[in-house]
Amino acid sequence: MAMVDEPLYPIAVLIDELKNDDIQLRLNSIRRLSTIARALGEERTRKELIPFLSENSDDDDEVLLAMAEELGVFIPFVGGIEYAHVLLPPLESLCTVEETCVREKAVDSLCKIGSQMRETDLVDSFVPLVKRLAAGEWFAARVSACGIFHVAYQGCTDVLKTELRSTYSLLCQDDMPMVRRAAASNLGKFATTVESTYLIAEIMTMFDDLTKDDQDSVRLLAVEGCAALGKLLEPQDCVARILPVIVNFSQDKSWRVRYMVANQLYELCEAVGPDCTKTDLVPAYVRLLRDNEAEVRIAAAGKVTKFCRLLNPELAIQHILPCVKELSSDSSQHVRSALASVIMGMAPILGKDSTIEHLLPIFLSLLKDEFPDVRLNIISKLDQVNQVIGIDLLSQSLLPAIVELAEDRHWRVRLAIIEYVPLLASQLGIGFFDDKLGALCMQWLQDKVYSIREAAANNLKRLAEEFGPEWAMQHLVPQVLDMVNNPHYLHRMMVLRAISLMAPVMGSEITCSKFLPVVVEASKDRVPNIKFNVAKLLQSLIPIVDQSVVDKTIRQCLVDLSEDPDVDVRYFANQALNSIDGTTAAQS
Amino acid sequence: MNGGDEVGGSGKLPQPLDWRFSQVFGERSAGEEVQEVDIISAIEFDKSGDHLATGDRGGRVVLFERTDSKNASGARRDLEGTDYPLRHPEFRYKTEFQSHEPEFDYLKSLEIEEKINKIRWSQTANGALFLLSTNDKTIKFWKVQDKKIKKICDINTDSSRTLGNGSAASSSNSNSTNACLTNGGLPDKVNNSLSNDFSLPPGGIPLLRLPVVTASHETSPVARCRRVYTHAHDYHINSISNNSDGETFISADDLRINLWNLEISNQSFNIVDVKPANMEDLTEVITSAEFHPTHCNTLAYSSSKGSIRLIDLRQSALCDSHSKLFEDTETPSSRSFFTEIIASVSDIKFAKEGRYILSRDYMTLKLWDINMDSGPVSTFQVHEHLRPKLCDLYENDSIFDKFECCLSGDGLRVASGSYSNLFRVFGVSPGSTETTTLEASKNPMRRQVTTPSRPSRSLSSITRAVRRGAAESSGVDGNANSFDHTTKLLHLAWHPTENSIACAAANSLYMYYA
Repeated sequence: MAMVDEPLYPIAVLIDELKNDDIQLRLNSIRRLSTIARALGEERTRKELIPFLSENSDDDDEVLLAMAEELGVFIPFVGGIEYAHVLLPPLESLCTVEETCVREKAVDSLCKIGSQMRETDLVDSFVPLVKRLAAGEWFAARVSACGIFHVAYQGCTDVLKTELRSTYSLLCQDDMPMVRRAAASNLGKFATTVESTYLIAEIMTMFDDLTKDDQDSVRLLAVEGCAALGKLLEPQDCVARILPVIVNFSQDKSWRVRYMVANQLYELCEAVGPDCTKTDLVPAYVRLLRDNEAEVRIAAAGKVTKFCRLLNPELAIQHILPCVKELSSDSSQHVRSALASVIMGMAPILGKDSTIEHLLPIFLSLLKDEFPDVRLNIISKLDQVNQVIGIDLLSQSLLPAIVELAEDRHWRVRLAIIEYVPLLASQLGIGFFDDKLGALCMQWLQDKVYSIREAAANNLKRLAEEFGPEWAMQHLVPQVLDMVNNPHYLHRMMVLRAISLMAPVMGSEITCSKFLPVVVEASKDRVPNIKFNVAKLLQSLIPIVDQSVVDKTIRQCLVDLSEDPDVDVRYFANQALNSIDGTTAAQS
Repeated sequence: MNGGDEVGGSGKLPQPLDWRFSQVFGERSAGEEVQEVDIISAIEFDKSGDHLATGDRGGRVVLFERTDSKNASGARRDLEGTDYPLRHPEFRYKTEFQSHEPEFDYLKSLEIEEKINKIRWSQTANGALFLLSTNDKTIKFWKVQDKKIKKICDINTDSSRTLGNGSAASSSNSNSTNACLTNGGLPDKVNNSLSNDFSLPPGGIPLLRLPVVTASHETSPVARCRRVYTHAHDYHINSISNNSDGETFISADDLRINLWNLEISNQSFNIVDVKPANMEDLTEVITSAEFHPTHCNTLAYSSSKGSIRLIDLRQSALCDSHSKLFEDTETPSSRSFFTEIIASVSDIKFAKEGRYILSRDYMTLKLWDINMDSGPVSTFQVHEHLRPKLCDLYENDSIFDKFECCLSGDGLRVASGSYSNLFRVFGVSPGSTETTTLEASKNPMRRQVTTPSRPSRSLSSITRAVRRGAAESSGVDGNANSFDHTTKLLHLAWHPTENSIACAAANSLYMYYA
């Protein structure tokens, strides 16, 4: 019977629990695989632990996922680079499980290990592994194989390289769409390692096949390959081989493929260079901006600023702006919303005059959009346009939009606009804020929805930070403190909340002179909820105010509260008193 | 002599099939009452035809595996093949599991029954079987795999011995249940290599051992639910269908069709929505939907008004507009109160190559060519003799029964069910008049029209037999007088590669071959 002495006991348990019935314990053991390996030593890790893991790969996905991750950094525990190859068998079996996330993690780990292996080991053990996976009976193995070719290819012999290329080509023509998808999405990675002579001759042939695949899902992954391959090819080859594909894809029958093009087009522009961008890709992009399918227009509209950055302003004004105008009154709110979230970024690209002439009318119309999301997206990016044309031109339309959003019947919309108030305040300046928005900030403090009141209190703090304590003393504090007489206890509670947030910003003096009397008064409230919140608040004020104030005012108030009939009030008052004693003790 | 023989003589049309009983699972003994939960509600062969799944009203899925193709070694099978050229598929019970449980939706105060509405097989991987099963609301993705029974031996800690370090000992307690502790040979000087401050020696600690797992040779199939796709349907799910791309599938309810990725269970995309803004304007519901077998972007769905719509997923994200509409424009000779009810399509199936669609409505089977939207290529009357009885069938709600239909793998024949546990097989090749009526029993031809040349018929059956051609026109089918609306054959499936049909009669699964 095996017995283990006490100091080893935790590790012994850890090892035993590799096979426990409880998945959490197994998971825990696998996560500490390095500890187990150190306890066993390098040699036994190689000869026992790793084979043990290889044989036990039918565990739950979570356990396998953790195992795949741990093995990726396991080289030090098996004795260094020269033994790295022993880690391949368990990862190979993890590459064949049907759960995608486990396979992907195993592929990641294989790449990590393979890239550190010595060349001879790569040829002796890694390349055969790639070949085995690529010839696997089930698609899962072949899918995994696609992700490790780029590691195997570097540093192996010419004969093997030729073999690997032809194997990859077979994977690109696999019967199973899953394998072709994996081949399509890894083609760019593989291509970076392939010598340029074979790029045109072989890789581009595979790419061409994939771009003509029956399955939409394969073709749309090939779109991603365009950008990656384009960067590898000589410019003239890129124009000859990639450009026609992109142009074709931008008119593909499947909207999902066009959607991918719309998302990736600006990257492709970099690959083909400015001339072709002007002659071929701008028209393609314009088509996408006017696509029949709203999803495609959403993707295209969301990239309008990034795309315009690649063009000179004249081209943008001539070709893109007319589309932007159309999109600003698109029938789909999501298209307008996507446009609104990026269009402010076009102002720095176009410059002041063009912005005033062309963009301002669009901003204004979007600010009056019937959907709050569109308006919010415009407001959230106000700083970008403010730098170019100043806020004055917008402020007239801005205020009604803000007021309307501030009173929207959906509290999430109100919440969103509150979040932007400090930004607005900093952009609009104190004067504008005092006149128009100050009242709104107080109004939110009495909203029917708690989240709004909470956000409003936080907003006051951020405003105080923005404009300074003096301004807050004049414009915020009196209004807030007035509310302490509100008949509704929830509103009185909000005063306490606002004080607790603002006190650190306002500093000791104002806290003592203005806030503390109000808080002490509130401790005599008839509602227990108010009273224990006073206790909590007083506790938070202790570090802000002087020790003398604590001793004189706060302690007395808390002592009173600690004799309250309500148990919760007593509890929080005692907590606060304890913390006073704690700080005093620490100081003395 | 009869139509079939004449056609066979011409040498161009396939011979009418001679159907024989093959197997029955869950046969009732005389007088045994059928339990509601045992009634089969879904049948599906997998792509290879090596497995068959049935679902029942009790939420169970039962799997059967083919025996004849697997057991015999190649050489022996060849020999047998020469001896018995008609080697038909035989199945045996493999395993079963509880796929769905009855649930209660507290938000809507609705009971969700566990009945399996549809089963669809997915891609086999790593030697494991995968299938989707659905009840009214929830789709589940199952993996069934043969697992070796494993034992864990030889562990470091023995929980039966209480150690001084009590806190650690408790965590290993669960080991004791499956630990078969073997004598590991305790090293003599246990304490020598250990220091109290517990630092790991560079060579490792020789004392520690890894658990030893011994696998027995016995295997048993284990079903595990891999994913649950839920909260996406307001109405009852009537169909699920896998896409040829291997990564997506659809689920259809009365008003909507959703598209899922097999690996993502928390979101789906609504691709068809026929719900009108005002529910009072509702005139038509979705009754069935299926992906094209090879074109990943094409799917068909049928409606309660008798139409089939083909949609192209490439055109738009929301496919409310169809790319093709198939309707039988031929107005029925006599319109009646029941015309619209019986027009409702209860099931559609693509033929293997995807060129043809078979649809079933209450009275007929229709075969459509997806390149011809003017009308069906052919129409087969399943139980025309019931037409005068539609009023009774309406009274007892039978008129709303949803019969499934199926096509043979070669696309030459179609089949669908009827009442009195009967089902009919029709030849669809142009000019074929093959029409066979079978009963789901050990003697499928009992009620069938017989020819005098066939021996071993009891006298009584010969007297009842009527020539097939005449039966259609006269309306006096062999079974007309014994029609029983409570024994209906709703679910059946045709083997993908062989002439073999599995069909459900209440709780029994009958299999026939030809």
